[in-house]
Amino acid sequence: MVKRYWYVLVAMIVLSPLGILAKDTAWGEWATDELKSTLGYVPQGIEQASDWWHAIFPDYSIPFLGEGRLAEHGGYILSAMIGSAVIYGITLALTKVLGLSHKAVRRQ
Amino acid sequence: MHIPDGYLSPSTCATLAGVMLPVWYRASAFLKKNMDISRVPFMAMGAVFAFLIMMFNVPIPSGTTAHATGAVLIAIVLGPWAAVVAVSIALLIQALLFGDGGVFAFGANAFNMAFLMPFVGYYTYKGISHKATTGSFRQLIAAGIAGYVAINIAALAAGIEFGIQPMLFTTADGTPLYCPYGLDVAIPAMALAHLTVGGFVEGIVTALALKFIAVQSPELAAINTACSKGA
Repeated sequence: MVKRYWYVLVAMIVLSPLGILAKDTAWGEWATDELKSTLGYVPQGIEQASDWWHAIFPDYSIPFLGEGRLAEHGGYILSAMIGSAVIYGITLALTKVLGLSHKAVRRQ
Repeated sequence: MHIPDGYLSPSTCATLAGVMLPVWYRASAFLKKNMDISRVPFMAMGAVFAFLIMMFNVPIPSGTTAHATGAVLIAIVLGPWAAVVAVSIALLIQALLFGDGGVFAFGANAFNMAFLMPFVGYYTYKGISHKATTGSFRQLIAAGIAGYVAINIAALAAGIEFGIQPMLFTTADGTPLYCPYGLDVAIPAMALAHLTVGGFVEGIVTALALKFIAVQSPELAAINTACSKGA
């Protein structure tokens, strides 16, 4: 039963590159160069913040895969796998720390 | 809807993170007290589902994109407090590893997508599905409407957070320091993207996924089993 849910999640990972067919940037998530070209300037706060944090896999890309469409799609799928594994693990770890136990099932 | 760093002032980020701290605390306390340990794998899969569904960007005619979040589905199946935790974890990893959503804006993004959204969705769903049969058409419609409404409320909140920036924070000569667009631009832009496309995507994903869960594990989709649900 639980297996079927895993099939769905794995299918989502495999199909994830469909999510990058839409090339436009979401509203309010522009990079500094996009702002520069639409506004003519980059607001100071955004300029400064662009250096605050360097994600290891920026925009779900895996830098060592290089460039090109295959690397882009492969990187997206790998990012989906890595993110899924980390998130699954953290959620399990957190519930462990919380010390969940068996509860009597209440029915209304 | 993942607000990057720099678009919101540090004070806006701090305020919304300040709102989220007691929410996270309450969510942890609620789960510790009420959630059965057998639900844990489902919650972890829910967090993974939220992460993955957010990777499916959908084009908006106005030249932007949007995506579903899965927050309402988790709220319906495991309860809104479980959704708070699951979606927060997904958002945190998106920010830290993938630069999707700011690290400093994490509190703001969690407020919109991991707090407002699951609670609005949960109560909308509860109101409409009241006394419906599990797996019935009305239950699925309720889930769909809840997804549509909730993502739009979250988008509106994001629009307001963006839009107040240029009113409050500018340089001496009036140039915006953070998000350059005011409420008059930010709210219509966020609303348009989610009223026209994003809302339907969230609604359809929520309803279809709930249907799948109702077939696979009826006890999870059941409307009135209170185990770990409730607010």
